[in-house]
Amino acid sequence: MDKPVNHKAWFLVLPVLVLVAFSAVIPLMTVVNYSVQDTFGNNVFFWNGLGWFEDLLSSERMWNALGRQLIFSGVIIAIEIPLGIFVALNMPKRGVWASVVLVLMSLPLLIPWNVVGTIWQIFGRVDIGLLGYGLDALGIDYNYTQNPIHAWITVVVMDVWHWTSLVALLAYAGLQSIPDAYYQAAKIDQASRWKVFRFIELPKMAGVLMIAVLLRFMDSFMIYTEPFVLTGGGPGNATTFLSIDLVKMALGQFDLGPAAAFSLMYFLVILLISWVFYTVMTNLDKRGG
Amino acid sequence: MATEKSRGSAVVMVLYLLFLMLPIYWLLNMSLKTNTEITGSFSLWPQNLTLQNYVTILTDPSWYMGYVNSLAYVAMNTVISVGVALPAAYAFSRYRFMGDKHLFFWLLTNRMAPPAVFALPFFQLYSSVGLFDTHIAVALAHCLFNVPLAVWILEGFMRGVPKEIDETAYIDGYSFGRFFVKIFMPLISSGIGVAAFFCFMFSWVELLLSRTLTSVAAKPIAATMTRTQGASGVDWGVLAAAGILTIVPGALVIWFVRNYIAKGFALGRV
Repeated sequence: MDKPVNHKAWFLVLPVLVLVAFSAVIPLMTVVNYSVQDTFGNNVFFWNGLGWFEDLLSSERMWNALGRQLIFSGVIIAIEIPLGIFVALNMPKRGVWASVVLVLMSLPLLIPWNVVGTIWQIFGRVDIGLLGYGLDALGIDYNYTQNPIHAWITVVVMDVWHWTSLVALLAYAGLQSIPDAYYQAAKIDQASRWKVFRFIELPKMAGVLMIAVLLRFMDSFMIYTEPFVLTGGGPGNATTFLSIDLVKMALGQFDLGPAAAFSLMYFLVILLISWVFYTVMTNLDKRGG
Repeated sequence: MATEKSRGSAVVMVLYLLFLMLPIYWLLNMSLKTNTEITGSFSLWPQNLTLQNYVTILTDPSWYMGYVNSLAYVAMNTVISVGVALPAAYAFSRYRFMGDKHLFFWLLTNRMAPPAVFALPFFQLYSSVGLFDTHIAVALAHCLFNVPLAVWILEGFMRGVPKEIDETAYIDGYSFGRFFVKIFMPLISSGIGVAAFFCFMFSWVELLLSRTLTSVAAKPIAATMTRTQGASGVDWGVLAAAGILTIVPGALVIWFVRNYIAKGFALGRV
């Protein structure tokens, strides 16, 4: 669709621009400001150049948090995408059941993130939680507050529980757009179930799956509340992801300079992935229209 | 063959839904027990059903004010976000103008920005203008990600409305304002509903910013819940009841938006 050029449309965008500038640009400038200065307290600041960035790049703490973050995002995507597709293929196509299933599946997506943490905190406890009690009864020495591996598994399962439905719903939307004629043609050709999936369903879902991967990557990359409530980043630093580490640094220790440098690096990564996301989205639009 | 396949699908769905529902059921189970029962014995359903935990929350101001505060800033945020996003989304869906693509992309980066990056600057910004611990501060802070979200979702719905409708209305002598309110908004009413729902939801589920920007007067329920933890002798029953009550608003409206959930999360692009 070709749109007419109209520079007066700027007036329609102006309120958004003012509001987002106030809530994004001003704070971001503060961050930039802090990232190049140091202080001895009393609000006296002096120029520190790129010192904080150099510190950051050689800081083991940041690299460890980044490593944990990338592993976490990788693991949950590797689980949630195939599982989501599998669930979507098995969802009822129409009727009352389809609606009921949609509503039940959406439920975890709408639970406040801290409550998601609370739910799993309780669910996993050996004394009062079904999961913890069950595992304990099976003779597994399960304790997510002490054992780093158990903490990791619990955080991953929690995220799978929380977000797989989103992937499934997106994949489902992709499947719904496939005309029946495609399936009939496959039937005439006596294509196997796998071939139908590989050559009809998967290509048709490619666009939405790309969106799903990027959304899950972005959102898992800034995960804070759920692991914060569940494990508090522990045991030790085992589940301290980027956001948790940053909040500890900025609001816990009030290390303004390092936290600001950290924030900027973090933001650059986000910017990069946003750009990939945007390119994918606009390409999809072109193909669709 | 066909029935065998659908039976297999049913088994998969039942197992998956069981996995989703069990933790929520467990929270509900806990919320209906007394604390002595929770810590004293282990049972799959409440032995002596009690609503005492809910009564505690609904009668103790330090609990129920959390809900009032959350609802207050969430409602403000939804109104502001959708209000400013409507004209902007119209501009993006109908016209080309200088810098439109850059602006659209920049909005997206704000939706994707980690709240952790903004927590400290927001704290300082809103403290310096005297808005710390007010509802409007949290509402404005959440605009960071909700305004872009609303713009993208609304734009996704608006592009589905044929341009001929606008042109006909202008020829018929409608002013822009009258056309927008009387003709265009009813046409995309489902889009407005979906955008409002997602603004409501993302503001409702967010913890970090709302906790950082408030202390007493505007303390949200999410912060009330996390602050009671860690103290000796956590009141599990009340905590579980508080959790169940936070799920209620979403669960009430989910039926009406069930067909748009994927579209909303994908920013109007599916």
